[in-house]
Amino acid sequence: MGVRDLSCSLAMAEALAEEMERDPTVFIIGEDLTAHGGIFGQFRGLPERFPDRIIDTPISETSIVGAGIGAALTGMRPIIDMHFADFVTTAMDEIVNQMAKLRYMSGGQAKLPLVLWAPDGAGISAAAQHSQSVESWFIHTPGLKVVAPFEPADVKGLLKAAIRDDDPVIFFQHKRLFRWTGPVAEHHEYLVPLGKALIKRHGSDVTIITYSRMTYECLEAARILAQQGIQAEVIDLRTLKPFDMELIAESLRKTRRAVIAHEACLTGGFGAEIAARIGEELFEHLDAPVLRVAAKDVPIPFSPVLEKFVLPQAEDILNAVRTVMKYPSRAVTRACSITKTPRSKRRRSG
Amino acid sequence: MAYIDPYAMSPEKKIALLETMVLIRVFEERVATLFAQQLIPGFVHLSIGQEASTVGSCAALRPDDYIVSTHRGHAHILAKGADPKYMFAECLGKKTGYCKGKGGSMHIADFSKNILGANGVVGGGFPIIIGAGFSIKLRKTDQVGMVFFGDGASNRGTFHEACNMAAVFKLPIVFVCENNMYASTSPASKMVAGGSIAGRAHAYGIPGFITDGSNVLAVAEVVQEAVDRARRGEGPSIVETETYRYKGHFEGDKQKYRTQDEIQNYRMTRDPIDRFERVLQEEGILTKTAIKEIWAAAHTRIEEAVRFAMESPLPEPEEALDDVFVNP
Ligand SMILES: Cc1ncc(C[n+]2csc(CCOP(=O)(O)OP(=O)(O)O)c2C)c(N)n1
Ligand SMILES: [Mg+2]
Repeated sequence: MGVRDLSCSLAMAEALAEEMERDPTVFIIGEDLTAHGGIFGQFRGLPERFPDRIIDTPISETSIVGAGIGAALTGMRPIIDMHFADFVTTAMDEIVNQMAKLRYMSGGQAKLPLVLWAPDGAGISAAAQHSQSVESWFIHTPGLKVVAPFEPADVKGLLKAAIRDDDPVIFFQHKRLFRWTGPVAEHHEYLVPLGKALIKRHGSDVTIITYSRMTYECLEAARILAQQGIQAEVIDLRTLKPFDMELIAESLRKTRRAVIAHEACLTGGFGAEIAARIGEELFEHLDAPVLRVAAKDVPIPFSPVLEKFVLPQAEDILNAVRTVMKYPSRAVTRACSITKTPRSKRRRSG
Repeated sequence: MAYIDPYAMSPEKKIALLETMVLIRVFEERVATLFAQQLIPGFVHLSIGQEASTVGSCAALRPDDYIVSTHRGHAHILAKGADPKYMFAECLGKKTGYCKGKGGSMHIADFSKNILGANGVVGGGFPIIIGAGFSIKLRKTDQVGMVFFGDGASNRGTFHEACNMAAVFKLPIVFVCENNMYASTSPASKMVAGGSIAGRAHAYGIPGFITDGSNVLAVAEVVQEAVDRARRGEGPSIVETETYRYKGHFEGDKQKYRTQDEIQNYRMTRDPIDRFERVLQEEGILTKTAIKEIWAAAHTRIEEAVRFAMESPLPEPEEALDDVFVNP
């Protein structure tokens, strides 16, 4: 079996079709799924193949998400389509108090093998209620796994893994990436394990940690930096919870400088968590403070000039990298005085 | 009793209703062309075909009454008296727009006209109008709150919570459901249990009315009754207007969920503006020429508004940081 180029929406449709074929308990529930193959074409071909297992509902998010929970508790593997990530707010009790806690509160009796799928992100002038990146709300909720892929291959591999996973997975996909195209394996068992990051570009001078659509901006920045003689290593986290601290640590022991970039706003964002973990676990390996690149702390405005100003750009990543590169290297002097981090600590992740 | 039969409505008021409907139609058609020319970014939801429903409803309101609007909101706020100049400017993302370019088509609102926002979250407006209702009661005024919503929104839990709360506290609220037969791609006939939305009023012990949403006078009559009840302190009502949108759910909608025949049929047989023009001519209130003048005046006003919007400056990027807080 080969590899061909697919868009993120086709990669998603393929993953869903394969999993629905393989497992009759997999079904999709949400609004306006069938008429146009999903608002982003992400369900193309599915209504014809699985007419009973792709269910259009009334506009009742509270009950849509709750229904996913009830179905998961009774032997199904639902995929809940949230329409826009912004609308998770209308089912917050179901997600935070029910989905995330039922297993724990029941002492491990309950199992919730479900995926809550939510297109997120800004950049299309959809204004404040249709543009948010809300991953940190769920990263901050014990009991949920959180995924945010960039490449079409990871959309396929991670979605399949999330469907097969026995725990609730919040699956974010950036709405500007649906037409983003790349090589995807045809293989029906092409799975990307949850919790594993990927080095998208190797480099020795600085590590840029990112995920979702910001990976694109970071790779752009890395390309420009390379022309100026700075080799940036770019890590696409892919899974945010649990996240791959091991790979970050490995990279930072080499580069000793870190920049974290995400589209969500700065304060209380996931970058703060990564930066804290780097500070706690890798302090002695760092030559510079860890910098974050993120959206400004305002709701996403409508007008393109305002929206562009609020969202982080490749230019902001370049500036952050140039700042961390200004700190002198302490690698040589430090190397002899520092004891090695114990292995057990290094392996801790997410 | 302050009840006025709108069929005995003054000719001046009837003419004003037609003028507002025509203004909305011309405004919306112009938004469609600007969107097609890629001058308007983002999502645009138009109300063409639904003018009688909105104008008939707002006809019953005083300037100090409150409304809460939706993603399909241009008509609501035009009918409540907003200025097309600042609306176009907002749609174009200009500094001079009602929301300084921060809201766009989906969130245009003129709070000085007691429009409490246009909500991009379907069903987000119900609880807000409940708050306006409490506020009216606590401030002991005789204002009324009106929440516009679609057939689709009636399936949100917020609708049912709000109906119950409005009934329990006898709040001065009118729920106006503009049932245009579709929620995005989903037909109301498949998604709304119980056959009607107004029928749900029964469960909350409040009046429910269904009216022909392509007949502006019929809408005005029923909504006037609901508004008068609310103003007299007799509590909330639900009014459902049977209407139809001619354009897609949003501009660019592929509309595979309905046929062109269905749309044409509505346009030919139930167009709210055509119908009302015929009524006004039959009643001898307006001549064909006078009607033409109303259209010409609307076109002139809209073109002036578009020119104002096009010539307006964009916001400075840094202005994105303003307006988050009163006291930053
Ligand atoms: C809570 C929520 N769910 C879903 C959507 C996506 N959405 C926007 S408009 C719409 C259909 C609304 O239908 P209706 O209430 O009948 O109003 P209409 O568009 O027909 O005026 C949907 C599903 C949304 N904006 N908010
Ligand atoms: Mg509708």
